[in-house]
Amino acid sequence: MSTQKNTSSNRSFRPRRGPGGHGPGAPMGTGEKAKNFKGTMKALLSQLGAYKIAVFLVILFAIGSAAFSIIGPKVLGNATTEIFNGLMGKLSGGAGIDFAKIGTILLTLIGLYVLSSLLSFLQGYIMSGVTQRLCFKLRKNISEKLNRLPMKYFDTRTNGEILSRTTNDIDTLGQSMNQSMTQMITSITTIIGVLIMMLSISPLMTLIAIVMLPISAFLVSIIVKHSQKYFQAQQEYLGHVNGQVEEVYAGQNIVKAFNNEENVIENFDTYNNILYKSAWKSQFLSGLMMPLMTFVGNLGYVAVAILGGALAINGTITVGNIQSFIQYVRNFTQPVQQVAQIANMLQSTAAAAERVFEFLNEEEEEQTVANPVSPEGLNGSVEFDHVRFGYNPDKIIIKDFSAKVRPGQKIAIVGPTGAGKTTMVKLLMRFYDVNSGAIRVDGHDIRDFNREDLRSMFGMVLQDTWLFHGSLMENIRYGNLNATDEEVIAAAKAAHIHHFIKTQPGGYSMELNEEANNVSQGQKQLLTIARAILADPKILILDEATSSVDTRTEVLIQKAMDALMEGRTSFIIAHRLSTIRDADLILVMKDGDIVEQGSHKDLLAKNGFYASLYNSQFEQAG
Amino acid sequence: MLKLAKYLKKSLGAILAIFVLLVVQAFCDLSLPSYTSDIVNVGIQQGGVQDAAPDVISKASMDSLFLFMREEDAKTVQQNYVLHENPQELGEIHGAAFQIPVYIPAQNFDREAVEPILGKAMLLSSLFGEGSAETAALQEQMTGALQLPEGMNPSQALAMMDDSARQAMLETIYENLDAAPESLITQSAVVYVKNEYASLGIDTNAMQTQYILLSGAKMLGVTLLSMASTIVTCLLAARVAASFGRDLRGRVFRKVLSFSNTEMDRFSTASLITRSTNDIQQIQLLMVMLLRILLYAPIIGIGGIFKVFRTNSSMAWIIAVAFAAILTIVLVLFGVAMPRFKKMQKLIDKLNLVTREILTGLPVIRAFGTHKHEEERFDDANTALTKTNLFVNRTMALMMPVMMLVMNLISVLIVWNGAHGIDAGTMQVGDMMAFIQYTMQIIMAFLMITMFSIMLPRASVSAHRIHEVLETQPSIHDPQQPAAFDESKKGVVEFRHVSFRYPDGEENILTDIDFTALPGQTTAIIGSTGSGKSTLVNLIPRFFDVTEGEILVDGRDIRSVSQRELRDRIGYVPQKGVLFSGTIETNLKYGDKDISDADMERAADIAQAAGFISEKEDGYQSEISQGGTNVSGGQRQRLSIARAIAGNPEIYIFDDSFSALDYQTDRALRAALKEKTGGSTVIIVAQRISTISHADQIIVLDEGKVAGIGTHQELLKTCEVYRQIGLSQMSEEELGA
Repeated sequence: MSTQKNTSSNRSFRPRRGPGGHGPGAPMGTGEKAKNFKGTMKALLSQLGAYKIAVFLVILFAIGSAAFSIIGPKVLGNATTEIFNGLMGKLSGGAGIDFAKIGTILLTLIGLYVLSSLLSFLQGYIMSGVTQRLCFKLRKNISEKLNRLPMKYFDTRTNGEILSRTTNDIDTLGQSMNQSMTQMITSITTIIGVLIMMLSISPLMTLIAIVMLPISAFLVSIIVKHSQKYFQAQQEYLGHVNGQVEEVYAGQNIVKAFNNEENVIENFDTYNNILYKSAWKSQFLSGLMMPLMTFVGNLGYVAVAILGGALAINGTITVGNIQSFIQYVRNFTQPVQQVAQIANMLQSTAAAAERVFEFLNEEEEEQTVANPVSPEGLNGSVEFDHVRFGYNPDKIIIKDFSAKVRPGQKIAIVGPTGAGKTTMVKLLMRFYDVNSGAIRVDGHDIRDFNREDLRSMFGMVLQDTWLFHGSLMENIRYGNLNATDEEVIAAAKAAHIHHFIKTQPGGYSMELNEEANNVSQGQKQLLTIARAILADPKILILDEATSSVDTRTEVLIQKAMDALMEGRTSFIIAHRLSTIRDADLILVMKDGDIVEQGSHKDLLAKNGFYASLYNSQFEQAG
Repeated sequence: MLKLAKYLKKSLGAILAIFVLLVVQAFCDLSLPSYTSDIVNVGIQQGGVQDAAPDVISKASMDSLFLFMREEDAKTVQQNYVLHENPQELGEIHGAAFQIPVYIPAQNFDREAVEPILGKAMLLSSLFGEGSAETAALQEQMTGALQLPEGMNPSQALAMMDDSARQAMLETIYENLDAAPESLITQSAVVYVKNEYASLGIDTNAMQTQYILLSGAKMLGVTLLSMASTIVTCLLAARVAASFGRDLRGRVFRKVLSFSNTEMDRFSTASLITRSTNDIQQIQLLMVMLLRILLYAPIIGIGGIFKVFRTNSSMAWIIAVAFAAILTIVLVLFGVAMPRFKKMQKLIDKLNLVTREILTGLPVIRAFGTHKHEEERFDDANTALTKTNLFVNRTMALMMPVMMLVMNLISVLIVWNGAHGIDAGTMQVGDMMAFIQYTMQIIMAFLMITMFSIMLPRASVSAHRIHEVLETQPSIHDPQQPAAFDESKKGVVEFRHVSFRYPDGEENILTDIDFTALPGQTTAIIGSTGSGKSTLVNLIPRFFDVTEGEILVDGRDIRSVSQRELRDRIGYVPQKGVLFSGTIETNLKYGDKDISDADMERAADIAQAAGFISEKEDGYQSEISQGGTNVSGGQRQRLSIARAIAGNPEIYIFDDSFSALDYQTDRALRAALKEKTGGSTVIIVAQRISTISHADQIIVLDEGKVAGIGTHQELLKTCEVYRQIGLSQMSEEELGA
């Protein structure tokens, strides 16, 4: 975007995530936790309610796919048994291996595998659809929400913060939900299926296998506890180190100008070292999980084998059954491990979802009123009637302001930096409501208008020239989306930008780039003026530029502004003395409040704050 | 990626150790299946009897077995077994003591040689002995072939024959027997051995339990070894990767600090930040995976192939088929998905752009009532992204099931082929099972490498970006023998026909600038945006080097003195008030920790900052957040001015530092500066005529050239550009005032 302000606010640093939502080295989750896990999950599930049938199918297919993959090994076992029997038969003069039978078994097996894969694919296919549609909907909701939130909301948050909800959070939500849903169903089905199979073979041996679970859970919890500690430390110091990098790079020439390189490096090294320690420890600890779990798994395997052997000697169990049982033991531990991972993934799903829902549940400003005043045929007179306002109710800045502005008058708002000159604009546009008193347009309280109607009466030309990635024509037409090309060109001529546009490659269809920096600051001002002319508002709000653009464009801007103000009520945040002196009314602001008002002559005669402000520019220094 | 390898040098030992440990791990992982199958096959199925070579056998049984051996075979057995006529001298074997003469394995016992001989003899003995139901047919077949006298059983017949006759007969039998599957021989031999043990009084049940325990212990031992090596690998890999990340971070950081503005501009600050943070983090994460997984995959893959060829190479072609199938699938899937993948990033950027435009333009959107239009714009971007996302996700959803299917089909293929091999007697059931296991391991290794190669491009972009920074040589460095300043010309800044252009620029930013700024005087520089004002003052502390001409400070070309000494003489105040996290004090004493409190307070006073600092609860100890965002823009600027003053420099450079201040503060500050630092050289870049109208000399820049030098009054008369700038800010009479 074009303005200075955005670039700084969007720089707020947020580590990019890996393609899977998590860095591959951080299987323990991102350490993020939802404040209200249950509530968020409920809300998320109710969102999923719209896709009931699809979700039902996903569950069905996942169960089917898992079930078939449980049966698979058993059928394969049949094939090997058949081969073995055939071999024995052959030795005893029989027909040898019955390839027809093995063929049938293997064909069944292929059928099972194909079916299992097919179901698994269908399940993934449908689930992707559900999550993507949900993400689409949430993003859409966010974009619509943006337009209904009061401006107040945006004062306390950076653009980067809000931006990361539409992209990062929803992305994480989609990714982790897709994975965790599928894996959870598959894992649970596998666990149940395997459990049934094991119980049907030997309840006693099943018991032994299950005993391994609390041991695993215990080990996992110990590791998670420790690694989480280092993981958080790592995140913290990563933040410190990144912060330092950001700060030092941004002020690199200052660091150099003040010969402070050594200090800065020393500082950086300290943090970098702490980061190193926590990084390898967290990495190491989370890496312990797999070998330990494998070991516990093998421990269980041996325990089952020993018990199985004993049972086989007693003759209570056949050798074949032990073999399949042992197969199932191996299939048992894996989904159990997965469940632990899924629990983590669900946490980050919830954390992301929570932020999204939080945003969507923010209080909105009401858009319409019961009996709205029509903006048609109004003249543009403005009255401030004992206006009292503060951004916080306990910190009133405009205490009691009254003024009457006739249609077509020019009002200059002046004051030192930070005096709150834009407050007046925000009140007029009803970005904020007055605490008491009223602002009236043609005698109607602005709160009696629908917001959209009220704002349609105003035109704005701000110092932050807001242009977007698109053609010049589109950017000007933004003032009135229904304007014809001819009307756009007429507005451009009135704003003295037509000639410039004609000299550009592509003329009116020339594209502004993403940063909108392929035209100069001065041209941008002219474009926004053209846009305001096209909008043809009753009341104008102008913010004069403080920095000087090149002198020739400056003259054009002056002319264009004059053309724009012709016949409209104008509020000008003024920096040029010529503008100020020509104004019908000057509002002098200091510390948020309007301290003086009147014409240039009146105010100079008063010899108050305005006079000292004015004179300070012409006094000799020292 | 390889470009960064040289920074790994000091971890070479650790990497080597990791390699060795991975070999150990691969060895464990490859041999573990045979241990696990031992428990089931030998321990449970064969009752703990490993094979046909018994640990003890009675003399009577051995003698009858000799009858079924060919001559040379019998000799081999006799070499390997020792007869004990007095078994009491022997200790207990398998928990039993013996009363009758027994054979036990000799000292240098060759199990490999003896096992098949005994196995066949045992098979024959049991075939011709009691004659189980299963073997009746075979027995009949053989009896027929030998044309024995009616009513005589083959054992008796063999025992009665003389040696040469028996040998001849055995030759015939063995011809048939050699084709018999090994598993059958083993099975019958195991039963034979078990019975033999039982008849010798050994508790076979106890023996079986013991065997299971023993092989269980072995298996756990192997797992333990595997676990230990995995843990140590993990430890080493984590340390190597983390220290690699740390070193890279440190190097890049130092490098960036050594950059001049030319390099900073070339890379852009934002990009350098990403390179130092995200990119290095990426590489660090990749490093762990590389050491633990990518290095492991080929080891286990090669190990697996080796095992396969040792077991039975006749089905090796199946592995090739598996390779080809998986490679095709991966290539096809990625061929389809990759273009969309790339497009996806663009669409995400597009969505971000639209969102950001909405966020920054909210006032405008609301003023023009165009939110419907914006929602549509967002919807378009959202729809496009969702569609692509959906396609990519669905393609990827295909991946896992297809891979699983391929793996499963491969195992079916192995079973089908294996069955034929077994039928033809070229393969055993156990071999086939092992083959499936090894094939899966090889395929997994291959999959890992494929998956890794997908991640690699992303990481290699990061690596390249880091490498680029590290390889960049700063364009500005100290001379080998720095000259000393000329004390007689203290504070004099001289520009001698200076021109400047960016290294890759086409046009000069500054052309033929020539002036001298003297101590005790204020030199002001004014001009419209883009006229080169900032660039001009940034040349003085050598943030850039001139392209032509020279700049002299204290009578010396600034390229001939050390940067440190040069900058010590300069108090630089940038356009934007840049502060660092810490306190107000640490910021004001930024140039030198040893600045006295009195100097610091004096500086704050001159910079008109003392007032708001004293209003703060913690005064000079007040916290400053990163970038100084917790103080207002004007305060930030005043602190950054105070920071320059605190160092008591000879030369002040104010790069448009006053425009964030209101007129009154601007004026008070300039007055105080003049009063308190009268002897210094002051160079001010400004936008506002009022800020500079009192300067001793004003340099007017227009498109990088000097349009005029003089005082305010002189320039009003002589310089049209200056008049234009003035008129855009004030009226005619105010200018003249």
